[in-house]
Amino acid sequence: MPAVDFCSMRVVDERSEELLVRQNVLQPLRNARSHGAMLAVIHDGGYGYAATSDLSRNGLNTAMQHALHWARLSSGKTVTNFSQIPQAAVLGQYQGPAASIWTRKDLIALLMQESVTSHFSDKIVDWSASIGVTQTEQLFISSAGADIHQQFNYLIPNLSVTANEGSETQTRSLGGQYNGFCRQGGMEVLQQSGFYGAGKRIAEEALALLHAANCPSGRMDLLLMPEQMMLQIHESIGHPLELDRILGDERNFAGTSFVTPDMFGHFQYGSELLNVTYDPSRAEQFASFGWDDDGSTAEKTWIIKNGILEKPLGSALSQARAGMAGVANSRACDWNRPTIDRMANLNIEAGSSSLDEMIASVEYGVMMNTNVSWSIDDSRNKFQFGCEYGQMIRNGKLQELVKNPNYRGISESFWRSLKMVGDASTLAVMGTPFCGKGEPSQVIRVGHASPACLFDQVEVFGGEA
Amino acid sequence: MQSYFLSLATHIETQLAANEVSTTWLAAESSDFVRFNHSAIRQPGHVFQLILNLQLIKGQTHAAMSFNLSGEMDMDLPTINTAIQDLRAQLADLPADPHLMIATEISDSTQILPSSLPPVASMLEQILAAAKDVDMVGLLTTGTQYRGFANSYGQRNWYETSNVNFDWSLFYATDKAVKSNYAGFTWNEAAFLSKFAAARKELALLARPPITVGAGNYRAYLSPAALNELIMMLNWGGLSEKALRTRHSCLRRLQSGEASMHAMVNICEDSRAGLEPGFQAQGFIKPEVIPLIQAGKLVGSMISPRSAKEYSLLTNGAPEDESAKSLVMQVGMLANADILKELGTGIYIANLWYLNFSDRATCRITGMTRFATFWVENGEIIAPLNVMRFDDSLFKMLGENLLALSQETEVIMDDRSYGQRHTGGAILPGALLKEMRFVL
Repeated sequence: MPAVDFCSMRVVDERSEELLVRQNVLQPLRNARSHGAMLAVIHDGGYGYAATSDLSRNGLNTAMQHALHWARLSSGKTVTNFSQIPQAAVLGQYQGPAASIWTRKDLIALLMQESVTSHFSDKIVDWSASIGVTQTEQLFISSAGADIHQQFNYLIPNLSVTANEGSETQTRSLGGQYNGFCRQGGMEVLQQSGFYGAGKRIAEEALALLHAANCPSGRMDLLLMPEQMMLQIHESIGHPLELDRILGDERNFAGTSFVTPDMFGHFQYGSELLNVTYDPSRAEQFASFGWDDDGSTAEKTWIIKNGILEKPLGSALSQARAGMAGVANSRACDWNRPTIDRMANLNIEAGSSSLDEMIASVEYGVMMNTNVSWSIDDSRNKFQFGCEYGQMIRNGKLQELVKNPNYRGISESFWRSLKMVGDASTLAVMGTPFCGKGEPSQVIRVGHASPACLFDQVEVFGGEA
Repeated sequence: MQSYFLSLATHIETQLAANEVSTTWLAAESSDFVRFNHSAIRQPGHVFQLILNLQLIKGQTHAAMSFNLSGEMDMDLPTINTAIQDLRAQLADLPADPHLMIATEISDSTQILPSSLPPVASMLEQILAAAKDVDMVGLLTTGTQYRGFANSYGQRNWYETSNVNFDWSLFYATDKAVKSNYAGFTWNEAAFLSKFAAARKELALLARPPITVGAGNYRAYLSPAALNELIMMLNWGGLSEKALRTRHSCLRRLQSGEASMHAMVNICEDSRAGLEPGFQAQGFIKPEVIPLIQAGKLVGSMISPRSAKEYSLLTNGAPEDESAKSLVMQVGMLANADILKELGTGIYIANLWYLNFSDRATCRITGMTRFATFWVENGEIIAPLNVMRFDDSLFKMLGENLLALSQETEVIMDDRSYGQRHTGGAILPGALLKEMRFVL
């Protein structure tokens, strides 16, 4: 190791395979191995990184010279004195849930079965079933004494069916068209996500939506199920609370935040029913781990308690820059990108209302499920989201299906309108493999567990005729 | 790097059995990234990576895998030999693929774009000097990108480019900023400083007290960067042959004739722009021009080899996701100097942000204004506008509500770097709209 204030190396070896059957035809396998090293150097207050896929001694030496070059070049010109940032010195091992995976042939047979049973009408014009399997092994060592070995197994099931009649097209999916049922583990994830037999169910729902009326417009009560709640949490709690955004790092790309440092400890983010945790300890969840990618120990932390904003989603570096406590969320999408603040698992804790109680409380409203469209402003404040599936609620009872349900609002007032939170029986563990952020760009895994939640008088609307 | 790739390709062919075919795609880069915040360095670093995608074909059965290489033949040849053995084992698990199409017509090419770039430290010094006394945040990206294709029929294609892309924002306050870009194959200090000075000048306008307007329809001008955000929504599956066939495409009503755009709207894929390689990952060569929308009507689509086989069509070299990579929109008659005068009273939009479909069937798109967006009265910028959400159909915005397209265009390079630095981009004019619907 060179004579510098600090240096570290993170080696990632990730193997993934995605099997996809579309219209009863197996598509080309997406089979990949990503293997490389990220080196970081801090010296005289400067910082530099170098990532390389050349893992030979020469390759690593060259990378170290690049990192050192950047640390020297940036000394005295950086946003903070990196030499003063506390560095983790932990020794440890973390093993995510073990993964029992069927053979490739058996997986193909399963996907083909779901595909075939999805297609029972000429109005079904596209249908697919997929399973993605990933194994990741990661080593982090540093001159501060860190030596951390972590292993993860991920499974991502998906089903999607599209029905068409004339110019009307409707798509239903299992957990969303962007892999909302992703989890750590093996074949048990299929059972947990309701994968078996779901092809036929969602096909029936897509066909039913073809003949549904557009969701009506107006202010009404909104009951969101977990397949949509995960996105609501992600965009309007997760991103605005990432401390590097609050510090301005993301302003040129992913945006800033309506949250300012002075809000922590007293700001009423939502109604007193809102309880949000950063929870890397739920082993089966998509972004559970023992330590973050800079070696900080991950543990369950309250972010919003009884509606009051408690802590930001900030890593050790951001905590030092901002002078406030945070969580262990310094993460990178792969070996070839540096760490930034990421939300990891961000969950809403279950409340005390059953689904029936929530529906019974609504005089006029709509239930929405499964995200299909998402858009939110630079400060993560004004949002508009759309769902695949809607169902009207009148006089305390679920009524007819409605298509193209959308709603919009402003983060702060929306969360304050939370008026009932579902109990554990309504909770689902969701997530996404596709959270984009950072310069250079990164797409990372995050997890969101949520119960069903009821909101008071939200602006709702549908599609055009 | 090219000779290394050619040696790899030759080696791969020596490992094949008589009835096997291979295709090889290399994406490599040696890049420097310097991230800035508050006019200081936040994250500087270097990324060196080679990603090889190797496909083994036997009859109509095929398997592929991608993996990293070191760039050292001694290390990489055993890795490749192991991969070929793994692929042979995979073939036994897989059924014949009815939609497999292979490029058998040999068409070699070498495209190395000329460039002249100073050391990155020199660019860095100029940027930090220019950004003194202002709140600058952004990313400097520079280095060399490589793309190579080879197959066992003997086809060889190579693309190599060294470029720089400095993408930055000058901030006045939380969401009030001027976003600018300086990109190309050379770095001219005077040109860069001129762009930076122009951004500083615009920043002064953001110091005025902002205006909030209510929901409603407003006359609007979309800069090329803002229009690019809307056009890229069309490019998210809308121009795909598969999406059109399966009725997913947002342009399905344009295809059926139920909707149309203004006769001024002409959009094509134009590989002559040089924004990306002239070949794709399966070795198919792209035609120079693919007309997509002409006089407001859908006249073409992006057809991948796979869709070509599935629907009995000719491929036009589209990538697997059937998106356009060098999208060019025809200009109009509006001179840049006349934009504010012609806008009159309305909203000048420099940038849009976070777009998505609110009703795909009617090509209805929602999104936010971002960065330097101004309220204009009688041809004069009055004040910055607080962010507004729009929700409107592109069939209307680029249809009955399109008044004019600008004479000048902007080259907008794809500066994304998910996994690796992307290639491609678009060349677009700005657009003056009679009205645009804002909702929140």
